[in-house]
Amino acid sequence: MEILYAFLLFAGISLVLGAMLAIASKVFAVKVDPRIPEVVECLPGANCGGCGFSGCSACAEAIVNGEAKVSACPVGGQEAADKIAAVMGVEAGTVVRMRAQVMCSGTHGNAKEKYIYEGPHDCAAAMRLGGGPKECPNGCIGLGSCAVHCANDAIRVVDGVAVVDAEKCGGCGVCVETCPKHIIRLIPFDAKVHVGCSSPDKGVQVKGYCDAGCIGCRLCTKVCETGAIHVDGFIASIDYEKCTSCGKCAEKCPRKIIIVKDEKVTVEA
Amino acid sequence: MEQLIDILLLMLSSVLVQNFIFAKFYGICPFLGVSDKPDTALGMGLAVTFVITLSSAATWAVYYLMLEPLGLTYLKTIAFILIIAALVQLIEMFLKKFVPSLYQALGIYLPLITTNCAVLGSALLNIQNGYNFVYSVAVGFSAAIGFTMAILIFAGVRVRLQFAETPKSFEGMPLVLISAGLIAMAFSGFSGISF
Repeated sequence: MEILYAFLLFAGISLVLGAMLAIASKVFAVKVDPRIPEVVECLPGANCGGCGFSGCSACAEAIVNGEAKVSACPVGGQEAADKIAAVMGVEAGTVVRMRAQVMCSGTHGNAKEKYIYEGPHDCAAAMRLGGGPKECPNGCIGLGSCAVHCANDAIRVVDGVAVVDAEKCGGCGVCVETCPKHIIRLIPFDAKVHVGCSSPDKGVQVKGYCDAGCIGCRLCTKVCETGAIHVDGFIASIDYEKCTSCGKCAEKCPRKIIIVKDEKVTVEA
Repeated sequence: MEQLIDILLLMLSSVLVQNFIFAKFYGICPFLGVSDKPDTALGMGLAVTFVITLSSAATWAVYYLMLEPLGLTYLKTIAFILIIAALVQLIEMFLKKFVPSLYQALGIYLPLITTNCAVLGSALLNIQNGYNFVYSVAVGFSAAIGFTMAILIFAGVRVRLQFAETPKSFEGMPLVLISAGLIAMAFSGFSGISF
């Protein structure tokens, strides 16, 4: 008899709770577009935030709602864009693969240092102490906050300057956001030439604090055949739409800070 | 009046002296799992508070109104788990609808409240200590507040640990466990207070 009570009691409790949950699921129902999980499947799933959304599922939601393009994911590149386009039923177009490049050549030998920093191992923290230990206000601090945030483990600090392994880099741009000095840029993966300096200061000042700084002499703009390089203030920058990677600017640069890379740098682990 | 003071003392005792995490070692899984950011830690604490308070009331009612009269008290563990699981489902749906960001942040740890021993532990302790309905709810609520406080304090510590330079072998979980142990030792100072 007792077993019957137990059975009935638990059946009763379960029934009440089940009914409660059934009602709650109606009241608290969230409408989910069936395409959202399908788009999530196409994304890399690293939740790196490189697209500007809080994660892959947020990005998928924005794509389905039409707030972002099918090519919104910089990491997935063409492959992901094609798959998402198939889900969404639109054309993908072409996606240019990007990679991050640290625009600084201020290694320990080149850049002068103001003081010896012994605080927390974080660039933003060092930044607060008079803009970091290097004299140059636009030089890499070299504590590797970008490397910590990199989801692909593509960044290493070599001789006081962060270096990105182009092959590992997914082009998500998290490091660009993280860098308190704003000296990391996304450039096309195939680009071979970059300006290894971010200092917009005048030549005299730059010479004062770094042996590898752009002085704004404009020799590179004169030698460039396609007009891809121009100097704003006292810093050269390359327009990658026009650049043909001929390397003439690099030959001409008196400070040797326009750098040509035939083979992409790979950083030893 | 005397009873009110009694309840308040009992509540204070379950927040500090009998703290679920630092004194009883209940609910360590979410304590270690979602304590890396203070805001998710607070969210977890509030979710657990909600579940423990409601389950304290529900389990008391089920035990004294149904199980005891029928002589089925030996089935209390199963009955309590059933109720807790349903409550967790409820709060999961609620969060998904109204606080999706917290729902995302808590991730797998949200459904895992079901198996959070702090919840079942508080329900069983209420019965074991023979508390009446008001006492059960008050003690359940304050124990959950103690849990929230512990996880918040710990999240604050972990935020600072992120900037610390630690030896390679201590990085990650070992350091987290060591710091949890140190806080627990500090909390053992409260055990000298007896109410």
